[in-house]
Amino acid sequence: MERLRRTMMFVPGNNPAMIKDAGIYGADSIMFDLEDSVSLAEKDAARMLVFEALKNVDYGNSELVVRINGLDTDMGKADIYAMVKAGVEVIRLPKTETPDDVVETEKIIAEAEKFFGIENGRTHMMAAIESAEGVLNAPAIAKASDRLIGIALGAEDYVTNMKTHRYPDGAELSFARNMILHGARAAGIAAFDTVYSDVDNTEGFNHEVEIIHELGFDGKSVINPRQIPLVNAIYAPSEKEIRNAKAVLNAIEEAHKKGSGVISLHGKMVDKPVVARAERTMALAKASHLVDKEGNIYVE
Amino acid sequence: MEIKHTALAGTLESSDVQITLSEGKGISIDLDSQVEKQFGKQIKKVVTDLLAKYDISDVKVHVVDKGALDCTIKARLIAAIQRATDTQNEQNWGVLG
Repeated sequence: MERLRRTMMFVPGNNPAMIKDAGIYGADSIMFDLEDSVSLAEKDAARMLVFEALKNVDYGNSELVVRINGLDTDMGKADIYAMVKAGVEVIRLPKTETPDDVVETEKIIAEAEKFFGIENGRTHMMAAIESAEGVLNAPAIAKASDRLIGIALGAEDYVTNMKTHRYPDGAELSFARNMILHGARAAGIAAFDTVYSDVDNTEGFNHEVEIIHELGFDGKSVINPRQIPLVNAIYAPSEKEIRNAKAVLNAIEEAHKKGSGVISLHGKMVDKPVVARAERTMALAKASHLVDKEGNIYVE
Repeated sequence: MEIKHTALAGTLESSDVQITLSEGKGISIDLDSQVEKQFGKQIKKVVTDLLAKYDISDVKVHVVDKGALDCTIKARLIAAIQRATDTQNEQNWGVLG
């Protein structure tokens, strides 16, 4: 079962208080940022802070991601070496424009793994797409490396590049979101939506999460822990969806016991995509604490 | 390793620690922490252990602790050492391991 990535919480890489507490909010992924949130004079200190935190702090089941500085800066390579050594799960490339950006980064990651005697391929990658060129190349970027676990939209730079800005209805991001989503799905990897920076606007945030949930995004980048339960609530399946998913999985189990390949439930054929959706629904229900380990609904 | 000039890393924000290194004879540690009674020894141990790993034997260390975790103290001291020895871009992986 693919891991859930409903929320990816951004944590500034030079802020010890936020780094220390990042694990307590239940984010599916935590992204420590060495790039835009760190001033040039503090890049070296932030790298060491995140390095030590990754080695020493227990972040539970959260997936650990670090956004590095681009390889076009003199910090990018040092960031990669330090994060690979610290054992980070995912290295996030900023401002990815072409598949070559991914290939170049992968080369340095592989070099670092070899240098430290770490198994080749252990460090995964994700790519942030933040420009028109990146969006147009999204399908190729998504397939540029087996290490990629996902691609993400970075909307602030993207809307600037497109000579527009953010609007409440999200029309300005419609094409980019769909390109990124299709690129990710065609490559079999995750798709993450951009941040919503007006943290006090719950209504606007919820509206945006509803849009991306409907489109099929795995999840959203969040900049404040308060946004995590809001995303989780929208991604939580309804009781009806959980009952239906349980019925599908029970029917499949019964069919397997009987050695039957094709089954039907309430007169509808249950095939592979239906089962995959049911499994995801149950995973979301478990993550939302709506069912117990066996899949029984808590409040009947 | 030799301290070439005074250098500082960290801030005075909560959960952080500010460490200033300057040239000195032998190792002297001046610690300012609200939790010195309980954690003073431990904080000094983190500092002296890391200085030993970097083979630094002559340095004045000023530590202003704001409730930092050991790993934060270590990270800030590494950054201060790299700055004081002009080695920001040459990680000593043997020590960092």
